[in-house]
Amino acid sequence: MQTPHEQRLTRREVLQRGLAGAAGVALLGPRGLWAQDAPPATPTPRATAVIQVWLWGGACHLDTFDPKPDAGADYCGPLASPVASNVDGIRIGELLPQLARQADKYSLIRSLTHGINAHETAAYLVQTGRQTDRLVFPSAGAVVSALRGYDHGYRGPVPPYIVLTQPQGRFSEAGFLGPRYKPFATGGDPNQARFAVEGLVQPGLTDERQQRRRALLRALDTLGAALADEPQFEHFAACERQADELIYGAARRIFDLSSEPAELRDRYGRNTFGQCCLVARRLVEAGVPYVTINSPGWDTHKQHFQAMRRKLPELDQGLATLLADLADRGLLERTIVWCCGEFGRTPRVQWEPPWNGGRGHFGACFSALVAGGGFKGGHVVGASDARGERVAQRPVYPRDLLGSIYTLLGIDPQQRLPNARGLDVPILPSPEDGPKGGGLLREIMDA
Amino acid sequence: METMNRVAGRITAYAVLTALGAAAAARAQPVLPFEQADWTSPPNAIDEAVLSRLRAEQLEPARPCSDAVFIRRVYLDVLGTLPTAAEVEAFLGDAAPDKRAALVDAVLARPEYADYAALRWCDILRVKAEFPINLWPNAVQAYHRWVRDAFARNMPYDQFARALLTSSGSNFRVPPVNFYRAIQGREPAARAAAVALTFLGARIETWPTERRAGLEALLSRVAYKTTAEWKEEIVFLDPAPAGPLEAVLPDGSTVCVPPDTDPRRVLADWLIRPDNPWFARAAVNRVWAWLLGRGIVHEPDDFRPDNPASNPELLTVLEREFVATGYDLRQLHRLILNSRTYQQSAHPARPAARVAELFAHYPVRRLDAEVLIDALCQVFGGGESYTSPIPEPFTIIPEGQRTITLADGSITSPFLELFGRPPRDTGLMSERNNQLTAAQRMHLLNSSHVQKRIEGSARLRDLLARHRADRAGLVRALYLTLLSRPPTSAELAAATAYLAGRGAPSRADVNDLAWALVNTKEFLYRH
Repeated sequence: MQTPHEQRLTRREVLQRGLAGAAGVALLGPRGLWAQDAPPATPTPRATAVIQVWLWGGACHLDTFDPKPDAGADYCGPLASPVASNVDGIRIGELLPQLARQADKYSLIRSLTHGINAHETAAYLVQTGRQTDRLVFPSAGAVVSALRGYDHGYRGPVPPYIVLTQPQGRFSEAGFLGPRYKPFATGGDPNQARFAVEGLVQPGLTDERQQRRRALLRALDTLGAALADEPQFEHFAACERQADELIYGAARRIFDLSSEPAELRDRYGRNTFGQCCLVARRLVEAGVPYVTINSPGWDTHKQHFQAMRRKLPELDQGLATLLADLADRGLLERTIVWCCGEFGRTPRVQWEPPWNGGRGHFGACFSALVAGGGFKGGHVVGASDARGERVAQRPVYPRDLLGSIYTLLGIDPQQRLPNARGLDVPILPSPEDGPKGGGLLREIMDA
Repeated sequence: METMNRVAGRITAYAVLTALGAAAAARAQPVLPFEQADWTSPPNAIDEAVLSRLRAEQLEPARPCSDAVFIRRVYLDVLGTLPTAAEVEAFLGDAAPDKRAALVDAVLARPEYADYAALRWCDILRVKAEFPINLWPNAVQAYHRWVRDAFARNMPYDQFARALLTSSGSNFRVPPVNFYRAIQGREPAARAAAVALTFLGARIETWPTERRAGLEALLSRVAYKTTAEWKEEIVFLDPAPAGPLEAVLPDGSTVCVPPDTDPRRVLADWLIRPDNPWFARAAVNRVWAWLLGRGIVHEPDDFRPDNPASNPELLTVLEREFVATGYDLRQLHRLILNSRTYQQSAHPARPAARVAELFAHYPVRRLDAEVLIDALCQVFGGGESYTSPIPEPFTIIPEGQRTITLADGSITSPFLELFGRPPRDTGLMSERNNQLTAAQRMHLLNSSHVQKRIEGSARLRDLLARHRADRAGLVRALYLTLLSRPPTSAELAAATAYLAGRGAPSRADVNDLAWALVNTKEFLYRH
């Protein structure tokens, strides 16, 4: 396996490179810059699954994983009393007390940055590691689907890349890899009595009626009976058996939460996000390599703090229970959980009209939580300045985070993406092009 | 020896056919409602070529398809559109002995003929706005309109090819110049590959080097320049002084193009000469493949010496007819559609290894993605929503506009993606994937997309209102609408039993019946 260039990048060199810019790199030659370092040991790949908790719209780093109580009310609003965690020296937002008690299981990145303040391009960058261009790249889930899915021995009862519950659209899908690697978005709501997974469970259609109309269909299959030897129809039957396996078989049981103890369901939180976390655990348990939970509603330009009082307790309960449950079942060792949005939010509260206490988009500095699958718990990577407005230490770029996730999965970030178009492109941009990087998160990756 | 056999085959074809017909009649009865006992039209030149080959292989042709199968088949194959219940009833009730030929004429005169031909040709010509072709929306619309118009006016195919090959001007104002823009590259090799594939049905990489180089040389003086108008581009003959250009033509002969002559014209003149067999063969083979499921040379766009035609005589018949009629595409369709070969049942007389490649039955194929969604919209009402990766005004499709009329391969929907609509990246006919998948099956059986279409259907509501007291009438109307035929007595019994109960049938039961018919193989496949 080729060692990625970026793994040999030291912080000093990143700074040098950043200062020298593209011209400096050209002067040194693409390889000259990294050639001197002896390559450090590659972290051992131990992850087989990923749960991506996507705070869709961008959650505020100050109110979640990077509190700044000393910055004053213009920055903290009413949320000025962060809580201590079970790891010395780590405090997080006051509305996340349950997560605070799990801090030994995760690390926080407080220096994520990309500088983009537009939803689509930022979401694309954070999930692909690439800036928007003519070519639409696959999101991490589609990459994992292509490299750990059906083409590589995956035989699970549900597709290898699941989105709970709504997809984000073009910029977080399969890109040029094609529809085969698109996520299976469940639709429905796992917090309803019946989780109406798209294609699996029809809302308003009882099992009895489902069976009855299938019998009717069989009775009316006149052409199929007349052309019993038709090879196309033999293929049709095979497809239908596979579809039925999804509709009636193991897949349906995975999505059926009624077999879970009520007490555990309560712990996750009786809301859509909490029950999505529970479904994600069940999917990972069943061998699914990539699950994305899209948690909408974080784009809080107005009434920000009201929204936080509603959303953060749900996030706290669901995510904390997920981490604890995965750990209890021995799944956390092989399951990466990462949680962030496309950007943070403006640290300074916009009290003025028309926002009246909102926060805007903020790509210069934001936070992420990573846990499991070889990510150490109880650490903080990087730091923001006193008001959370700039990265103060150890910038982490989206590609660094994604590259670390791929590496822990045993996927070389410079591996060429399989595609039918004959494109010769690596999963993440090589250090010579694309957005800049700060190096893999070696400080929190188990050797 | 081979020639003698072929001549003998021609002379006796009709006798053979009659003999085979008699043999078939001696076997079991025709399978109802898909077959009928007797042919109503004489065999034509196509049938002679097909039957002599079948006889040589000791194969039998299939029986004639029924009238109901025929109207559905012709509509789907030529118009990409389902016949309405009224159209079906009118055709089935028509007692004229030549009604199939009359239907063929009527169908070829409909605007959907041009829509569907344009869809198929725009696949081949790679008409899309975005990566990797990058025509951009306005040029896509202009180009598609020009292509569609060519089929609507029945522009002779040689003129169609000439216009695409030799035009110069603005991508917005001279639409056929987009031929040289709708390729993945701006170098002569990319243009040569596109010309070979489009007009000779050949993959240039299978050619000898000197012929490849010759075609590249003839296309080497195409140049592009932008204008002050956004995304406008001029395709023109590079005026840079050039010496006489010597090049090898694809047939191996050498030409010398004087400096003041556009080498593209020399190429076009060679291409459309009536004695150039490759040009007409490639075209008729495509049309044949569209109508009969596979090329006589197969893949239909992979002509090369080591990929022979399964029936060379048949290819020659079609080529000669096509040239003799002045490259008349409608006439070519008419010839094929009126043949017994096309009107065979989907049921092979006897299963055998080569029945498919020798055209001993009509091949069963899943409907195209666009045709399937149009069929669902037609049957149940309602439209479909589309997106494009680039912001463009043409994604707002009025309800009622057919998907087969979409100009732009970049405008898409989850349904089209799921059902294998071609990406229009390469122009290869194999880009269109009509092989059913488990995900497609699940979508049809159980998706909310299909279910909501049925539950929300105003057409179903109206049908139910019209037939409240008449279950058999309701079932018959559903069958005519969805499967283009009346139900058999067994089907009628099963369906009315499902709708049983006191009073009028419930909407939920009617929805189930519609759902069941949509999910039959008969609805989903050309047959």
